[in-house]
Amino acid sequence: MDERSRLEAERLDKENVMTEIKTYGPKNLPLEEHFAPGHRACQGCAEVLALRLALKALGKDTVVANATGCMEIVSTPLPTTSWVVPYIHVGFENAAAVCSGVEAGLKALMRKARLPKKLIHCVAVAGDGGTADIGMQALSGALERGHDMVYICLDNEAYMNTGIQRSSSTPYGAMTTTSPPGRLSFGQSTQKKNVAEIAAAHGIPYVATACPSYPWDLMKKVQKAALVEGPAYVHILSVCPTGWRSQPEESIELGKLAVASRVFPLYEVEDGRYKFVPKPPKQVPVVEYLKKQGRFRHLTDNMIEEIQRNVDEQFRRLEAKVRISLEAPQEPQE
Amino acid sequence: MGKRVGMEVSIALAEAACQADVDVVAAYPITPQTHIVEHLSELVADGHLDAEFVPVESEHSAMSVCIGSSAAGARTFTSTSSQGLALMNEVVYIASSLRLPIVMVVSNRSLSAPLSIWNDHSDVMSVRDTGWIQVFAENGQEAYDHVFWAFRVGEDRRVLMPVMLHIDGFILSHMVEALEMVDKELVKKYLPAFQPIHRLHPDNPVTMGAFALPELYTEAKKAQDEALKASWPLILQGWEEWAQLTGRRYSPVETYRTEDAEAVLVTMGSMGETASEAADRMRARGEKVGVVKIRLWRPFPFEQVRKALGGARVAVVFDRCVSFGGPGGPVASEIRAALYGEAVRPKVVNFIGGLAGRDVSPQDFQNMVEEAVSRKEDRQEAYRIYGVRG
Repeated sequence: MDERSRLEAERLDKENVMTEIKTYGPKNLPLEEHFAPGHRACQGCAEVLALRLALKALGKDTVVANATGCMEIVSTPLPTTSWVVPYIHVGFENAAAVCSGVEAGLKALMRKARLPKKLIHCVAVAGDGGTADIGMQALSGALERGHDMVYICLDNEAYMNTGIQRSSSTPYGAMTTTSPPGRLSFGQSTQKKNVAEIAAAHGIPYVATACPSYPWDLMKKVQKAALVEGPAYVHILSVCPTGWRSQPEESIELGKLAVASRVFPLYEVEDGRYKFVPKPPKQVPVVEYLKKQGRFRHLTDNMIEEIQRNVDEQFRRLEAKVRISLEAPQEPQE
Repeated sequence: MGKRVGMEVSIALAEAACQADVDVVAAYPITPQTHIVEHLSELVADGHLDAEFVPVESEHSAMSVCIGSSAAGARTFTSTSSQGLALMNEVVYIASSLRLPIVMVVSNRSLSAPLSIWNDHSDVMSVRDTGWIQVFAENGQEAYDHVFWAFRVGEDRRVLMPVMLHIDGFILSHMVEALEMVDKELVKKYLPAFQPIHRLHPDNPVTMGAFALPELYTEAKKAQDEALKASWPLILQGWEEWAQLTGRRYSPVETYRTEDAEAVLVTMGSMGETASEAADRMRARGEKVGVVKIRLWRPFPFEQVRKALGGARVAVVFDRCVSFGGPGGPVASEIRAALYGEAVRPKVVNFIGGLAGRDVSPQDFQNMVEEAVSRKEDRQEAYRIYGVRG
């Protein structure tokens, strides 16, 4: 165990945060809250749930740099804050850059003995707009520079905070206020941008996809991301009843369907090697996922078939990557 | 007594940042700022400066990284020019609103289009209202000295403001000048370690950058305006103590031969020396001409400007930027505002020139003074772009 992992293990132990999550059970959740109740998120918001779980996994020695967006707006109306951990919000497009600045600052101060040495997780949190669109450049820059930080994208697949406008992360066919279905349109005309793959293309040590419908998996992945040295990227699908026109009480179910339908597969990319984590559940047809959401209500059977074909094709590609990763030697051989 | 050296001003600025023991430098390449950060990266690479050098992918990220590192409590330095400053504009506002004492050297350059790398003050005026303390250096020595001053004033807990140090691109940045460097002991005496009131650290969690509803936004902005104005005595004190240690004395407004001057040239930046030369030549012919140099651009030295110009019959304000369709020269507009309430005030004549590195000679300043004296019109919109063809 290297110095960093030892420090982290000690800290987790001390704070009664789980070191290894084996069994699901609310009693196993760390009790400490780092994102306090009283925020203004919508009913059934899975994004704020993902954030809460991620922070439980990270623990109190965390600094968050948040992009403008839902999580920022629901949590920090002056003079109140929901953030128990140190927090900074600067702009929409620069959470990755601000986070890398915090990391650089703390690193320099600790090296120069102006601050006592301590493992502090520097974490950038942004939505899909702040990641896939306006924040893409800052994200790529920070990943390429190799800062020791975690970037969490809370993807609810549109600009929900400004009133459900499409982003490059909005799925094909979805209705948003700027991709409305009409006589000449069927909704979003482009395929969802795959930011996890873009992050992986930077050759960073850890990339994962997660969903709060799989809370333990999400927490484990966030912990893993925090523990690797260097940049890590976690892309979290976050069901948004307001924007998806779904029932608030079905958010968890919908997240499970996103995974089971293979619309949003859960996997890890560790040092370039792909792995399904957890094992993909039994496949359900995409229509089961789509029909629960008002944003897809206008789709014809033909379009749903087209989406199914594309989902299958994308999943096959991912499977191929997982397969190749299994074949690849784990360690350089003599 | 410090060491006297001949040094390119950009290198001297990097050396000053190194002597100030900055913790983080984040910058993106842009002409004519490049030599400053190139030299800083060398100082880090050679182990002379223990700092994180963050080679960002844009100026927007440069300032964003600076905000993050300053919020973590690290002494933070950056430098930019022109388009780079324009690109980071959004976050330049946020740095001051979050009260983070970042020091940024702006190697002043024109703004596109047409694209030009040469010096004027168009970029400065794009950040005029960003809430930073802003100061102009007239020569290499001033530029070097003001790096220490900027950290000292900005980081003072009674100030906590970012500071922009303007130097004329190429004219100053790439000039080799004779200057006196200060020694380690002096820096230690003058510049204490940065002790922020709040920093991003788990030991004492704070929320920075919250949003305000209409009920609070106005109060936040009033507080910011008052805080910037309240930096005034600390700005003066910073200069006073520097004078005691080095013998080099600075003030918000500097005057040259203005005692009995009837016509006064008003400049900002390196043109002050050219204007002084023009004043000398005109004085030699018996004409009563002086120069007022605005060193402190924000907070604006209203009282000092009134005092410096009060006795003159004509103030010839030389601007290096165009405020299109408006007052023409931004500096002249400020001077006019400062003088407006006075019972007796000079006629203000505004020339705009030296755009994108166009040379302005002492003779040009003499021509401007002569034209200004004979000019009947005293309205701001009568500004003239000097030396333009067609």
